[in-house]
Amino acid sequence: MTAASLSSQPLDNDDIDQADIDQAALATYVLGLGDDALIVAQRLGEWITRAPQIEEDIALGNIALDLLGQARTLLGYAGEVDGNVTGMPRDEDDLAFLRDEREFRNVHLVEIENGDFAVTMARQLIFSSYQYELYTALLTSIDPTLSALAGKAVKEVAYHRDHATQWVLRLGDGTPESHERMQAALDQVWPYVEEIFDTADTADILAALPGIAADPAALRPAWSRYVENVITTATLSVPTPTWRSRGGRSGYHTENLGHLLPEMQNLHRSHPGASW
Amino acid sequence: MTSDVHPAPTGGPRKGWPLWEVFIRARRGLSHQHVGSLHAPDADMALRNARDVYTRRGEGVSIWIAPSTAITASSPDEKDPFFDPAMDKAYRHPTFYDVPEGVSHL
Repeated sequence: MTAASLSSQPLDNDDIDQADIDQAALATYVLGLGDDALIVAQRLGEWITRAPQIEEDIALGNIALDLLGQARTLLGYAGEVDGNVTGMPRDEDDLAFLRDEREFRNVHLVEIENGDFAVTMARQLIFSSYQYELYTALLTSIDPTLSALAGKAVKEVAYHRDHATQWVLRLGDGTPESHERMQAALDQVWPYVEEIFDTADTADILAALPGIAADPAALRPAWSRYVENVITTATLSVPTPTWRSRGGRSGYHTENLGHLLPEMQNLHRSHPGASW
Repeated sequence: MTSDVHPAPTGGPRKGWPLWEVFIRARRGLSHQHVGSLHAPDADMALRNARDVYTRRGEGVSIWIAPSTAITASSPDEKDPFFDPAMDKAYRHPTFYDVPEGVSHL
C-alpha cells in the first residue's frame, strides 16, 4: 500500500503524520540499524567458549544478547513498515534468515572477523560509541517505535561502551605487548570508521525522514570526542588509515559476510519455522 | 577513567587473574550478601564482571567487591571453641520479644 493510497482513506488525527511518512525510506533506514545490531551480535556470539576467561565469555554473551534484542525490534519494525509498501509484511526471522548477502544493509565494520581480543575490543569501542550517540539522538525521534527502542537501548549500549573502554585502557596502558597489539587492532579497524558516518548512500533516505532518523554525520563530533579521549588516555594514537570501506548500506559487502551468513542462517533454512 | 585507585591485589593465582569475592544487596533495606567469587584483572573489572555474572536477572541494586586475599576466615578445625559455647545460652537469644507483624527483615 503506498503513501498516496493511504492518504485517500479517512484518517483520524493520530494517523495523519504516519501516512505522510515515506514508508520505503523508513523501512530502509530501520533495516540498516537492525542489520548492524544483528551482524555484530552474531560476531560477538562467536567468542562464547573462546574468551580469555569465563567472566569475559559471559560479558560478551550479554552484550551480544542485548544487540540481538535491539535487532529483533528493528527488523520486526522494518519488515512491518516495508509491508506497507510491498503489501507483503515480513517478520524478524524472514529478514534475519531468508535474505541473501546483497540484501543486507549493515556497515562493513560489524562484519569483519573478530581477530584477537584487541581487535574485537577496538571494533566494540567504535561501534558501541557510535550506537550510544545514535540512540541518544533517537530518544527525541518523532517515530514512537524508534524513540521507545532508544530509551531501552541507550542504557544497554552505555554499558557496552564502558566495557570496551575499560579493555582498551587496560590493553593500551598495559604491557609493551598489549600496547602494541591494541594499537595494531585500532589500525586494523579504523578504515571502517568513515563508512559509519558517511551519508553518500543514504542522503535521500535521511532527507525523507526529518525528525525521525538520526543523521550519522551529526553524531560524529560527540563520537570523536569520546573515542579519541579513550585512545589518548590509553597511551595509544588515533590511526590515520590510507583507505576506507564503503557500500555496506547499499548492499555491497566484504567476503566476511558471505562466510557469516551460512552459519547464522543454516538452522532456519534447514528447518523452516523451527522454534524453541 | 583509569583504575589506579584500585590496584589489583598481589598474591593471586600464579597464572591468570586474581580472585575476588562478590557481595550483592538485593534491595534497599537489606545488607550486602556474599553471592560468590570470580576472576578479574583489577577491582574495577571485577565490579563489571560481577554485574554480568551475578545480576543478569535483576538480583541487585548494589555490588561490593573485595579481594579474596583480604578475607580472614575462621578455620573449620576451630568450629567447636568458636561456636559451640553459644548454643546453650538461651538468654542471648531475643526469644522474649514479640516481633511485630510486617517486619520481615529483623
